[in-house]
Amino acid sequence: MSSIELTFREGWGRAVATLTRVLGDLTLAEDAVQDAFTIALERWPRDGPPDRPSAWIIATARNRAIDRLRRERTFARKAELLARLEALPTEEEDVSSIPDDRLALVFMCCHPALAAEGRVALTLREVAGLTTTEIAHAFLVSEPAMAQRLVRAKRKIRAAGIPFRVPPDHMLPERMQSVLAVLYLVFNEGYSASGGAEHVRADLCEEAIRLAKLLALLMPDEPEALGLLALMLLQDGRREARRGPNGELVLLDEQDRARWNQARIAEGTRVLEPALSRRAAGPYQLQAAIAALHSQAPRPDDTDWAQIAALYGELARRQASPVVELNRAVAVAMADGPAAGLALLDRIELDGYHLLHAARADLLRRLERTGEAAAEYRAALRLEMNAAERAFLERRLSQLA
Amino acid sequence: MKYAALLTNDADAVAAWEQMTPGEAQAARAVEVPKWEALYGELGPSGMLGFSVELDSPTTAKTVRVRDGETTVTDGPFAETKEQIGGVMVLECEDLDTAIGIAVKIPVALTASVELRPIVGS
Amino acid sequence: MQYLAMIYGDTTQWESLSAEEREEVYATYNAFSEGAQKAGVLVDGAELDSTSTATTVRVRDNETLVTDGPYAELKEALGGYFVLECDSIDAACEWAAKIPGATQGAIEVRPIHVDPSANGGGAS
Repeated sequence: MSSIELTFREGWGRAVATLTRVLGDLTLAEDAVQDAFTIALERWPRDGPPDRPSAWIIATARNRAIDRLRRERTFARKAELLARLEALPTEEEDVSSIPDDRLALVFMCCHPALAAEGRVALTLREVAGLTTTEIAHAFLVSEPAMAQRLVRAKRKIRAAGIPFRVPPDHMLPERMQSVLAVLYLVFNEGYSASGGAEHVRADLCEEAIRLAKLLALLMPDEPEALGLLALMLLQDGRREARRGPNGELVLLDEQDRARWNQARIAEGTRVLEPALSRRAAGPYQLQAAIAALHSQAPRPDDTDWAQIAALYGELARRQASPVVELNRAVAVAMADGPAAGLALLDRIELDGYHLLHAARADLLRRLERTGEAAAEYRAALRLEMNAAERAFLERRLSQLA
Repeated sequence: MKYAALLTNDADAVAAWEQMTPGEAQAARAVEVPKWEALYGELGPSGMLGFSVELDSPTTAKTVRVRDGETTVTDGPFAETKEQIGGVMVLECEDLDTAIGIAVKIPVALTASVELRPIVGS
Repeated sequence: MQYLAMIYGDTTQWESLSAEEREEVYATYNAFSEGAQKAGVLVDGAELDSTSTATTVRVRDNETLVTDGPYAELKEALGGYFVLECDSIDAACEWAAKIPGATQGAIEVRPIHVDPSANGGGAS
């Protein structure tokens, strides 16, 4: 993304947040900021961007909002809103002193009362400043369908009285979960998704990381916010090595580690340290610690599997799920041998999950129980999965013969 | 903002209530009453609680339809859903989070659901 | 005795009406309310916003679960209610039949609980 686009995106979120606080309405705020952006698109390429782009956008959006309101003949809160808008500083120096309202915007867009897909779309649109078109492409959804998601979410906010604010302390932990989940979903869509162009997926990861950095900046005392950012950076550091020349999936132990982005990995490790030192471990910090252990091994054989297995155990205690148990079993197999891992896999009850069959197949293969391994690969292949995964499992099955 | 809090009961729980003798039902109610009194005790002074009713069991319902000028009345509730409406409370509060804060204290939230629906024209 | 008359109808149909058509529907409801008021039958009533504005709250294992949407997805959703004061459920059903929504969807009439030990009881 060009620096002017980056500036735009930054400015969008800040302006929408401030105008939403002042106007008490997301749609009114968005209209005003959109007006400001239209002007910016005309003037900036011609005159160059202003010294303080965010301040300029807020000031311009404020003026556009005032113009729009004055043209409304009847509007219940017209006088009140005009007064509030006029109270916003106009001089660019003063405007820079406006507090950053983006945290309230994030929590509003990620409110659990909104449909999950609406939260994701709204966060990307309002906080990150992506256009409806960009979001539609990223999620392989038609533009009208994505536009509809946004309309629905904004309508619900207004009709149901979803507040614009950072939740009070007693609600904060559970509401944080919602925010972290939205951001991680965006990241995973870029990291793991099968469809869509590579550059679109990479952009989505970048966007998620940018949002996670914003969250960490706005909530410096929240270790899980740091944990999420660290996790994203560490995983993203391996992103390019995950795909082979034909777009096929390359697993961790087969990746060309020379293709890992060491700067990203270093950044992720750096971010994780202060979080862990707070001794308030949570799921994202734990997952980040596991990712760090993987990323710190120069070769697969150098991986500290025992430590990883222990961390998955910690994670299972907090966030019991068959997926976590599966990952733990795989780590135990690496640390203590396939038989130990298989014993743990046998305890997992999860029908129709192809990764469970695949994991069992792999351990049976390592125990040279080839017939059973083949049966498990076939069982996996009968289930739903994306093209890259299917190709991978078919390859493994054929390698057994 | 005004919300209608629709309080539901699990259909199985309702069926169990129906099977009880009057004595058993009284005893079961006696256990529930303090929870409701605690809720009203807190809500009353807050001024956030408006109209509030408990409904008789869905088996006492009748459903009315008028088609082509003809009225039909059938026994039973409108829909046989897993959860059935058992009460309605009107809440007047600042925003949805405040309403949610009240909803979590309503006893049925633990065993069934509380649906918060905005009231039009409030 | 008091009864809750719950109005169930196809809300997608309502949403497709023009502003004028909606005004007409409101006029029929106002007519009903006036009639019920005059007869001393109307206690209370409310129009509910569509189910797309609903939020459902549950508490399980000490965790608050907040989800978008109503407690159940019905083809015909609850759109509003009236509280009626009548001598019997049959009388309440006669009034329910006059509610405009009865001709499109259905009205569920349910007795409002009265504690045997209380004096009167009903809506508070």
